[in-house]
Amino acid sequence: MSVAGELVVIGGGLIGAALAWGAARAGADVTLLDEGDIAFRASRGNFGLVWLQGKGLGHPDYMHWSIRAGRRWPELARILGEESGIDIGWRGGGGLHFCCSAEEMEQRRALIARTRAEAADISIELLDREALRERAPGIGPQVLGASLSDLDGEVSPLFALRAFHEGLVRHGGRLRTNFSAREIRRDPHRGFAIRDASGAEVTGRRIVIAAGLGADALARQIGLEPRLMPERGQIVVTDRVAPFLHHPASAIRQSREGTVLLGSTHEDAGFSTATEVEAIARLCRIGTRLFPALRSARLVRAWAALRIMTPDGLPIYDESPEMPGAFLVTCHSGVTLASLHALDLGPALARGDLGPAPRSMRSARLAVHPT
Amino acid sequence: MPFIRLDPPTPEAGPELFFEGRPLRFRPGETVAGALMAAGVTAFRETPVSGAARGPWCLMGACFDCLVSIDGQDNQRACMVAARAGMKVRRQIGARRDAAGAGK
Repeated sequence: MSVAGELVVIGGGLIGAALAWGAARAGADVTLLDEGDIAFRASRGNFGLVWLQGKGLGHPDYMHWSIRAGRRWPELARILGEESGIDIGWRGGGGLHFCCSAEEMEQRRALIARTRAEAADISIELLDREALRERAPGIGPQVLGASLSDLDGEVSPLFALRAFHEGLVRHGGRLRTNFSAREIRRDPHRGFAIRDASGAEVTGRRIVIAAGLGADALARQIGLEPRLMPERGQIVVTDRVAPFLHHPASAIRQSREGTVLLGSTHEDAGFSTATEVEAIARLCRIGTRLFPALRSARLVRAWAALRIMTPDGLPIYDESPEMPGAFLVTCHSGVTLASLHALDLGPALARGDLGPAPRSMRSARLAVHPT
Repeated sequence: MPFIRLDPPTPEAGPELFFEGRPLRFRPGETVAGALMAAGVTAFRETPVSGAARGPWCLMGACFDCLVSIDGQDNQRACMVAARAGMKVRRQIGARRDAAGAGK
Protein backbone atom coordinates (compact mmCIF):
# COMPACT_ATOMS: atom_id res chain seq x y z
CA MET A 1 0.00 0.00 0.00
CA SER A 2 1.30 3.44 -0.81
CA VAL A 3 0.12 6.81 0.39
CA ALA A 4 1.49 9.86 -1.37
CA GLY A 5 1.82 13.09 0.52
CA GLU A 6 3.63 16.35 0.61
CA LEU A 7 5.49 16.01 3.90
CA VAL A 8 6.10 12.80 5.84
CA VAL A 9 7.36 13.09 9.41
CA ILE A 10 8.96 9.94 10.81
CA GLY A 11 8.49 9.90 14.57
CA GLY A 12 5.27 10.58 16.48
CA GLY A 13 6.84 11.88 19.70
CA LEU A 14 6.81 15.50 20.80
CA ILE A 15 9.33 16.65 18.20
CA GLY A 16 7.72 14.92 15.22
CA ALA A 17 4.19 15.71 16.38
CA ALA A 18 4.99 19.39 16.94
CA LEU A 19 6.60 19.68 13.48
CA ALA A 20 3.76 17.80 11.80
CA TRP A 21 1.12 19.88 13.58
CA GLY A 22 2.88 23.11 12.65
CA ALA A 23 3.25 22.08 9.02
CA ALA A 24 -0.36 20.92 8.73
CA ARG A 25 -1.58 24.10 10.39
CA ALA A 26 0.36 26.04 7.76
CA GLY A 27 -1.56 24.21 5.06
CA ALA A 28 0.74 21.33 4.12
CA ASP A 29 -0.51 17.82 3.46
CA VAL A 30 1.21 15.93 6.29
CA THR A 31 1.58 12.28 7.30
CA LEU A 32 3.00 11.52 10.74
CA LEU A 33 4.42 8.03 11.22
CA ASP A 34 4.50 6.66 14.76
CA GLU A 35 6.42 3.47 15.46
CA GLY A 36 4.24 2.26 18.31
CA ASP A 37 4.88 1.09 21.84
CA ILE A 38 8.01 -0.83 20.89
CA ALA A 39 9.75 2.56 20.55
CA PHE A 40 11.60 4.11 23.48
CA ARG A 41 8.96 6.80 23.86
CA ALA A 42 10.99 9.59 25.46
CA SER A 43 8.00 11.91 25.05
CA ARG A 44 5.90 9.71 27.29
CA GLY A 45 8.53 9.35 29.98
CA ASN A 46 9.86 12.83 30.44
CA PHE A 47 9.50 15.27 33.31
CA GLY A 48 7.60 18.02 31.51
CA LEU A 49 9.71 21.09 32.18
CA VAL A 50 10.21 24.03 29.87
CA TRP A 51 13.56 24.90 31.44
CA LEU A 52 15.63 27.89 30.43
CA GLN A 53 17.81 28.78 33.42
CA GLY A 54 21.38 28.11 32.40
CA LYS A 55 20.37 26.51 29.11
CA GLY A 56 22.92 26.93 26.35
CA LEU A 57 25.53 28.94 28.24
CA GLY A 58 28.62 28.98 26.06
CA HIS A 59 26.54 28.20 22.95
CA PRO A 60 24.92 31.49 21.96
CA ASP A 61 22.82 30.13 19.09
CA TYR A 62 21.40 27.34 21.24
CA MET A 63 20.85 29.69 24.17
CA HIS A 64 18.95 32.28 22.13
CA TRP A 65 17.00 29.54 20.32
CA SER A 66 15.93 27.97 23.63
CA ILE A 67 14.98 31.26 25.23
CA ARG A 68 12.99 32.17 22.16
CA ALA A 69 11.18 28.84 22.61
CA GLY A 70 10.42 29.75 26.21
CA ARG A 71 8.98 33.10 25.12
CA ARG A 72 6.72 31.38 22.55
CA TRP A 73 5.35 28.75 24.95
CA PRO A 74 2.41 30.79 26.31
CA GLU A 75 1.24 31.32 22.72
CA LEU A 76 1.54 27.62 21.89
CA ALA A 77 -0.28 26.63 25.09
CA ARG A 78 -3.10 29.03 24.26
CA ILE A 79 -3.48 27.78 20.68
CA LEU A 80 -3.37 24.10 21.65
CA GLY A 81 -5.86 24.67 24.44
CA GLU A 82 -8.25 26.61 22.24
CA GLU A 83 -8.21 24.21 19.33
CA SER A 84 -8.15 20.90 21.22
CA GLY A 85 -10.06 21.72 24.39
CA ILE A 86 -7.38 19.69 26.20
CA ASP A 87 -5.87 21.21 29.32
CA ILE A 88 -2.19 20.56 28.67
CA GLY A 89 -1.28 21.67 32.17
CA TRP A 90 0.79 24.67 31.11
CA ARG A 91 2.12 26.82 33.91
CA GLY A 92 4.68 29.52 33.18
CA GLY A 93 5.93 32.37 35.25
CA GLY A 94 9.44 31.13 35.96
CA GLY A 95 10.92 28.20 37.77
CA LEU A 96 12.72 27.62 41.04
CA HIS A 97 16.07 25.92 41.37
CA PHE A 98 16.50 25.09 45.07
CA CYS A 99 19.85 25.32 46.83
CA CYS A 100 20.69 23.34 49.97
CA SER A 101 24.26 24.55 50.55
CA ALA A 102 26.30 27.74 50.40
CA GLU A 103 28.23 26.19 47.55
CA GLU A 104 25.05 25.65 45.55
CA MET A 105 24.01 29.26 46.20
CA GLU A 106 27.42 30.39 44.95
CA GLN A 107 27.04 28.27 41.80
CA ARG A 108 23.67 29.84 41.06
CA ARG A 109 25.15 33.31 41.62
CA ALA A 110 27.86 32.48 39.09
CA LEU A 111 25.26 31.15 36.65
CA ILE A 112 23.26 34.36 36.94
CA ALA A 113 26.38 36.46 36.30
CA ARG A 114 27.29 34.36 33.27
CA THR A 115 23.75 34.57 31.93
CA ARG A 116 23.99 38.37 32.08
CA ALA A 117 27.46 38.40 30.56
CA GLU A 118 26.24 36.32 27.63
CA ALA A 119 23.31 38.71 27.13
CA ALA A 120 20.64 36.07 27.49
CA ASP A 121 17.11 37.44 27.22
CA ILE A 122 16.09 35.96 30.55
CA SER A 123 16.14 37.48 33.99
CA ILE A 124 17.18 35.29 36.92
CA GLU A 125 17.31 36.37 40.54
CA LEU A 126 18.62 34.65 43.62
CA LEU A 127 16.12 34.36 46.47
CA ASP A 128 17.38 33.96 50.02
CA ARG A 129 15.55 31.66 52.39
CA GLU A 130 13.11 34.29 53.61
CA ALA A 131 12.19 35.48 50.12
CA LEU A 132 11.82 31.88 49.01
CA ARG A 133 9.52 31.03 51.91
CA GLU A 134 7.03 33.57 50.66
CA ARG A 135 6.76 31.63 47.42
CA ALA A 136 7.26 28.13 48.80
CA PRO A 137 6.24 28.09 52.47
CA GLY A 138 6.74 24.37 52.96
CA ILE A 139 10.50 24.24 52.35
CA GLY A 140 12.63 22.25 54.74
CA PRO A 141 15.26 23.66 57.12
CA GLN A 142 18.15 22.72 54.81
CA VAL A 143 16.91 24.83 51.93
CA LEU A 144 18.95 28.04 51.84
CA GLY A 145 17.40 29.69 48.83
CA ALA A 146 16.65 29.32 45.15
CA SER A 147 17.16 30.95 41.83
CA LEU A 148 14.01 32.13 40.10
CA SER A 149 13.73 33.13 36.46
CA ASP A 150 10.97 34.93 34.63
CA LEU A 151 10.69 32.30 31.94
CA ASP A 152 10.69 28.61 32.90
CA GLY A 153 7.46 26.68 32.73
CA GLU A 154 5.94 23.22 32.87
CA VAL A 155 3.44 21.20 30.93
CA SER A 156 1.96 17.73 30.91
CA PRO A 157 3.94 16.05 28.12
CA LEU A 158 1.23 13.43 27.66
CA PHE A 159 -1.61 15.90 27.21
CA ALA A 160 0.57 18.12 25.00
CA LEU A 161 1.36 15.14 22.80
CA ARG A 162 -2.31 14.25 22.54
CA ALA A 163 -3.22 17.83 21.68
CA PHE A 164 -0.63 17.79 18.85
CA HIS A 165 -1.88 14.45 17.53
CA GLU A 166 -5.53 15.51 17.59
CA GLY A 167 -4.67 18.92 16.18
CA LEU A 168 -2.74 17.37 13.31
CA VAL A 169 -5.79 15.39 12.27
CA ARG A 170 -8.01 18.46 12.71
CA HIS A 171 -5.73 20.34 10.30
CA GLY A 172 -6.16 17.62 7.69
CA GLY A 173 -3.03 15.59 8.50
CA ARG A 174 -2.79 11.83 8.94
CA LEU A 175 -1.44 9.99 11.97
CA ARG A 176 -0.31 6.52 11.05
CA THR A 177 0.51 4.31 14.02
CA ASN A 178 2.48 1.06 14.21
CA PHE A 179 4.59 2.15 11.25
CA SER A 180 8.13 1.16 12.11
CA ALA A 181 10.17 2.96 9.42
CA ARG A 182 13.16 0.92 8.30
CA GLU A 183 14.17 1.98 4.83
CA ILE A 184 14.26 5.33 3.07
CA ARG A 185 14.93 5.66 -0.63
CA ARG A 186 14.46 8.23 -3.34
CA ASP A 187 11.36 7.73 -5.40
CA PRO A 188 11.77 9.09 -8.94
CA HIS A 189 8.19 10.37 -9.10
CA ARG A 190 7.15 11.10 -5.58
CA GLY A 191 10.25 12.28 -3.77
CA PHE A 192 10.87 9.69 -1.07
CA ALA A 193 9.54 6.27 -0.21
CA ILE A 194 9.63 5.00 3.36
CA ARG A 195 9.18 1.32 3.96
CA ASP A 196 8.34 -0.26 7.31
CA ALA A 197 9.27 -3.60 8.81
CA SER A 198 6.17 -5.25 7.34
CA GLY A 199 6.79 -3.92 3.82
CA ALA A 200 4.17 -1.15 3.91
CA GLU A 201 5.24 1.99 2.10
CA VAL A 202 4.51 5.69 2.46
CA THR A 203 5.76 8.27 -0.01
CA GLY A 204 6.19 12.00 0.26
CA ARG A 205 7.81 14.86 -1.59
CA ARG A 206 9.76 15.76 1.55
CA ILE A 207 10.56 13.86 4.72
CA VAL A 208 11.63 14.74 8.24
CA ILE A 209 13.35 12.22 10.48
CA ALA A 210 12.35 12.95 14.09
CA ALA A 211 12.65 9.40 15.33
CA GLY A 212 14.41 9.81 18.66
CA LEU A 213 16.98 7.10 19.28
CA GLY A 214 15.72 5.39 16.13
CA ALA A 215 16.97 8.32 14.03
CA ASP A 216 20.56 7.08 13.70
CA ALA A 217 19.77 4.17 11.41
CA LEU A 218 17.40 6.28 9.32
CA ALA A 219 19.64 9.34 9.10
CA ARG A 220 22.50 7.23 7.71
CA GLN A 221 20.28 6.43 4.75
CA ILE A 222 20.09 10.11 3.85
CA GLY A 223 23.81 10.59 4.40
CA LEU A 224 23.77 12.12 7.89
CA GLU A 225 25.54 10.78 11.01
CA PRO A 226 24.01 12.17 14.20
CA ARG A 227 25.67 9.48 16.39
CA LEU A 228 22.96 9.61 19.05
CA MET A 229 23.43 8.08 22.48
CA PRO A 230 20.85 7.25 25.16
CA GLU A 231 21.05 8.83 28.60
CA ARG A 232 18.74 7.34 31.19
CA GLY A 233 16.64 9.46 33.53
CA GLN A 234 14.59 8.02 36.38
CA ILE A 235 11.51 9.73 37.79
CA VAL A 236 9.18 8.93 40.70
CA VAL A 237 5.64 10.17 41.20
CA THR A 238 3.51 10.42 44.33
CA ASP A 239 -0.22 10.24 44.85
CA ARG A 240 -2.24 13.42 44.52
CA VAL A 241 -1.38 16.05 47.09
CA ALA A 242 -3.24 19.32 47.72
CA PRO A 243 -1.48 22.17 45.84
CA PHE A 244 1.61 23.36 47.72
CA LEU A 245 4.16 24.09 44.99
CA HIS A 246 3.15 27.07 42.88
CA HIS A 247 6.16 27.22 40.56
CA PRO A 248 7.81 24.73 38.28
CA ALA A 249 11.10 23.65 39.83
CA SER A 250 14.12 21.84 38.51
CA ALA A 251 13.96 18.66 40.60
CA ILE A 252 10.35 18.62 41.77
CA ARG A 253 7.16 19.38 39.95
CA GLN A 254 3.57 19.30 41.11
CA SER A 255 1.18 18.54 38.28
CA ARG A 256 -2.16 20.23 37.79
CA GLU A 257 -3.80 17.08 39.15
CA GLY A 258 -1.69 17.20 42.32
CA THR A 259 0.82 14.41 41.79
CA VAL A 260 4.41 15.28 42.68
CA LEU A 261 7.17 14.27 40.29
CA LEU A 262 10.74 13.95 41.53
CA GLY A 263 13.57 13.62 39.09
CA SER A 264 15.42 13.06 37.20
CA THR A 265 18.67 11.16 37.19
CA HIS A 266 21.39 11.14 34.52
CA GLU A 267 22.88 7.72 33.85
CA ASP A 268 24.65 5.80 31.17
CA ALA A 269 22.75 2.52 31.21
CA GLY A 270 22.82 1.74 27.50
CA PHE A 271 19.32 1.15 26.23
CA SER A 272 18.01 -0.11 29.58
CA THR A 273 14.87 1.56 30.88
CA ALA A 274 15.01 -0.29 34.19
CA THR A 275 14.60 1.59 37.48
CA GLU A 276 16.89 1.16 40.48
CA VAL A 277 15.89 1.20 44.13
CA GLU A 278 18.91 3.33 45.08
CA ALA A 279 18.02 6.00 42.54
CA ILE A 280 14.38 5.96 43.63
CA ALA A 281 15.43 6.37 47.27
CA ARG A 282 17.77 9.23 46.37
CA LEU A 283 14.99 11.07 44.52
CA CYS A 284 12.66 10.60 47.48
CA ARG A 285 15.33 11.94 49.86
CA ILE A 286 15.78 15.03 47.68
CA GLY A 287 12.02 15.59 47.64
CA THR A 288 11.56 15.24 51.40
CA ARG A 289 14.58 17.46 52.06
CA LEU A 290 13.01 20.19 49.95
CA PHE A 291 9.48 19.67 51.34
CA PRO A 292 9.50 17.55 54.52
CA ALA A 293 5.71 17.09 54.53
CA LEU A 294 6.17 14.85 51.48
CA ARG A 295 7.30 12.13 53.88
CA SER A 296 3.63 11.22 54.23
CA ALA A 297 3.03 11.16 50.48
CA ARG A 298 2.79 7.77 48.82
CA LEU A 299 5.22 6.77 46.10
CA VAL A 300 2.91 5.53 43.38
CA ARG A 301 5.22 4.75 40.51
CA ALA A 302 8.80 5.01 39.29
CA TRP A 303 9.96 4.81 35.71
CA ALA A 304 12.91 5.47 33.48
CA ALA A 305 13.16 6.94 30.01
CA LEU A 306 16.05 7.63 27.68
CA ARG A 307 17.18 11.11 26.66
CA ILE A 308 18.36 11.38 23.09
CA MET A 309 21.85 12.85 23.27
CA THR A 310 23.97 14.13 20.42
CA PRO A 311 27.75 13.98 20.99
CA ASP A 312 27.80 17.68 22.05
CA GLY A 313 24.37 17.72 23.68
CA LEU A 314 22.98 20.32 21.27
CA PRO A 315 20.08 19.84 18.86
CA ILE A 316 20.53 18.94 15.22
CA TYR A 317 18.52 20.70 12.53
CA ASP A 318 19.78 19.52 9.18
CA GLU A 319 18.94 18.81 5.58
CA SER A 320 20.66 16.04 3.69
CA PRO A 321 23.20 17.57 1.29
CA GLU A 322 22.91 14.60 -1.06
CA MET A 323 19.13 14.26 -0.85
CA PRO A 324 17.59 17.73 -0.62
CA GLY A 325 14.12 17.56 0.84
CA ALA A 326 15.15 15.03 3.50
CA PHE A 327 15.54 16.62 6.93
CA LEU A 328 16.72 15.53 10.36
CA VAL A 329 15.57 17.07 13.65
CA THR A 330 16.71 15.74 17.00
CA CYS A 331 17.27 17.12 20.50
CA HIS A 332 16.85 16.15 24.14
CA SER A 333 14.60 19.11 24.89
CA GLY A 334 11.49 18.11 23.02
CA VAL A 335 9.26 19.86 25.55
CA THR A 336 11.19 23.13 25.90
CA LEU A 337 11.68 23.52 22.15
CA ALA A 338 8.18 22.34 21.17
CA SER A 339 6.91 25.89 20.76
CA LEU A 340 9.49 26.77 18.10
CA HIS A 341 9.14 23.38 16.46
CA ALA A 342 5.38 23.85 16.22
CA LEU A 343 5.08 27.56 15.46
CA ASP A 344 8.21 28.27 13.38
CA LEU A 345 9.94 25.13 12.17
CA GLY A 346 6.83 23.17 11.17
CA PRO A 347 5.60 25.95 8.82
CA ALA A 348 9.15 26.28 7.41
CA LEU A 349 9.29 22.56 6.64
CA ALA A 350 5.89 22.90 4.98
CA ARG A 351 7.62 25.33 2.60
CA GLY A 352 10.63 23.06 2.28
CA ASP A 353 13.34 24.64 4.41
CA LEU A 354 14.63 24.83 7.96
CA GLY A 355 13.41 28.40 8.48
CA PRO A 356 14.94 30.09 11.48
CA ALA A 357 16.86 27.05 12.78
CA PRO A 358 20.46 28.22 13.29
CA ARG A 359 22.84 26.90 10.66
CA SER A 360 25.37 26.18 13.39
CA MET A 361 23.13 23.34 14.50
CA ARG A 362 23.66 21.27 11.37
CA SER A 363 25.29 17.91 11.93
CA ALA A 364 28.43 18.83 10.00
CA ARG A 365 29.77 20.19 13.30
CA LEU A 366 29.93 16.60 14.57
CA ALA A 367 31.85 15.17 11.61
CA VAL A 368 34.67 12.87 12.56
CA HIS A 369 37.76 14.29 10.88
CA PRO A 370 40.56 11.85 10.09
CA THR A 371 43.60 12.71 12.21
CA MET B 1 -27.14 -1.90 46.72
CA PRO B 2 -26.40 -2.31 50.40
CA PHE B 3 -24.03 -4.95 51.71
CA ILE B 4 -25.44 -7.38 54.31
CA ARG B 5 -23.48 -9.27 56.94
CA LEU B 6 -24.11 -13.00 56.74
CA ASP B 7 -22.73 -14.34 59.97
CA PRO B 8 -23.79 -13.00 62.41
CA PRO B 9 -26.02 -10.33 60.89
CA THR B 10 -25.01 -7.32 63.02
CA PRO B 11 -22.66 -7.04 65.96
CA GLU B 12 -24.67 -5.92 68.96
CA ALA B 13 -21.69 -5.23 71.15
CA GLY B 14 -17.97 -4.82 70.66
CA PRO B 15 -15.49 -2.24 69.42
CA GLU B 16 -16.45 0.94 67.61
CA LEU B 17 -14.64 3.29 65.27
CA PHE B 18 -15.73 6.79 64.33
CA PHE B 19 -16.76 7.62 60.79
CA GLU B 20 -17.27 11.32 60.20
CA GLY B 21 -17.64 11.63 63.95
CA ARG B 22 -20.37 9.00 64.30
CA PRO B 23 -19.66 5.75 66.19
CA LEU B 24 -19.77 2.67 64.00
CA ARG B 25 -19.57 -0.89 65.37
CA PHE B 26 -17.38 -3.44 63.63
CA ARG B 27 -16.36 -7.04 64.07
CA PRO B 28 -12.76 -7.61 65.15
CA GLY B 29 -10.69 -8.62 62.14
CA GLU B 30 -12.65 -6.55 59.67
CA THR B 31 -10.99 -3.97 57.47
CA VAL B 32 -12.08 -0.35 57.61
CA ALA B 33 -13.63 -0.80 54.17
CA GLY B 34 -15.58 -3.86 55.34
CA ALA B 35 -16.86 -2.06 58.41
CA LEU B 36 -17.97 0.98 56.40
CA MET B 37 -19.61 -1.06 53.68
CA ALA B 38 -21.51 -3.15 56.22
CA ALA B 39 -22.74 0.10 57.74
CA GLY B 40 -24.12 1.18 54.38
CA VAL B 41 -21.42 3.69 53.42
CA THR B 42 -20.91 3.79 49.66
CA ALA B 43 -19.14 7.12 49.08
CA PHE B 44 -15.70 6.86 50.68
CA ARG B 45 -14.09 9.83 48.96
CA GLU B 46 -14.41 12.60 46.40
CA THR B 47 -11.83 12.65 43.62
CA PRO B 48 -9.28 15.48 43.52
CA VAL B 49 -9.93 16.34 39.87
CA SER B 50 -13.70 16.17 39.30
CA GLY B 51 -15.01 15.84 42.84
CA ALA B 52 -16.99 12.73 41.90
CA ALA B 53 -17.89 10.29 44.68
CA ARG B 54 -15.98 7.00 44.80
CA GLY B 55 -16.10 3.82 46.84
CA PRO B 56 -14.27 0.51 47.11
CA TRP B 57 -13.88 -1.44 43.92
CA CYS B 58 -11.09 -4.02 44.04
CA LEU B 59 -10.88 -4.50 47.82
CA MET B 60 -7.31 -5.72 47.47
CA GLY B 61 -5.22 -2.57 47.56
CA ALA B 62 -4.82 -2.04 43.86
CA CYS B 63 -7.44 0.47 42.72
CA PHE B 64 -7.04 3.22 45.36
CA ASP B 65 -10.73 4.06 45.10
CA CYS B 66 -11.50 3.45 48.80
CA LEU B 67 -9.16 6.18 50.09
CA VAL B 68 -10.10 7.67 53.45
CA SER B 69 -8.37 9.74 56.08
CA ILE B 70 -7.52 7.72 59.22
CA ASP B 71 -6.43 9.49 62.41
CA GLY B 72 -5.20 12.47 60.39
CA GLN B 73 -3.32 10.43 57.80
CA ASP B 74 -4.83 11.08 54.39
CA ASN B 75 -5.14 8.75 51.40
CA GLN B 76 -5.25 5.51 53.38
CA ARG B 77 -6.65 2.51 51.55
CA ALA B 78 -9.61 1.47 53.70
CA CYS B 79 -9.45 -2.06 52.32
CA MET B 80 -5.88 -2.59 53.54
CA VAL B 81 -6.24 -1.27 57.09
CA ALA B 82 -7.67 -3.38 59.92
CA ALA B 83 -10.38 -1.60 61.88
CA ARG B 84 -9.31 -0.65 65.41
CA ALA B 85 -11.40 0.59 68.31
CA GLY B 86 -11.52 4.38 68.50
CA MET B 87 -9.94 5.12 65.13
CA LYS B 88 -11.18 8.30 63.49
CA VAL B 89 -12.08 7.78 59.86
CA ARG B 90 -13.11 10.55 57.52
CA ARG B 91 -13.97 10.71 53.86
CA GLN B 92 -11.03 11.74 51.68
CA ILE B 93 -12.30 14.91 50.06
CA GLY B 94 -9.99 15.91 47.20
CA ALA B 95 -6.23 15.54 47.28
CA ARG B 96 -4.41 14.66 50.48
CA ARG B 97 -3.46 17.64 52.60
CA ASP B 98 -1.13 16.03 55.13
CA ALA B 99 1.68 15.83 52.55
CA ALA B 100 1.24 19.45 51.45
CA GLY B 101 3.02 20.90 54.48
CA ALA B 102 2.70 24.64 54.96
CA GLY B 103 0.83 24.83 51.68
CA LYS B 104 -2.25 23.70 53.57
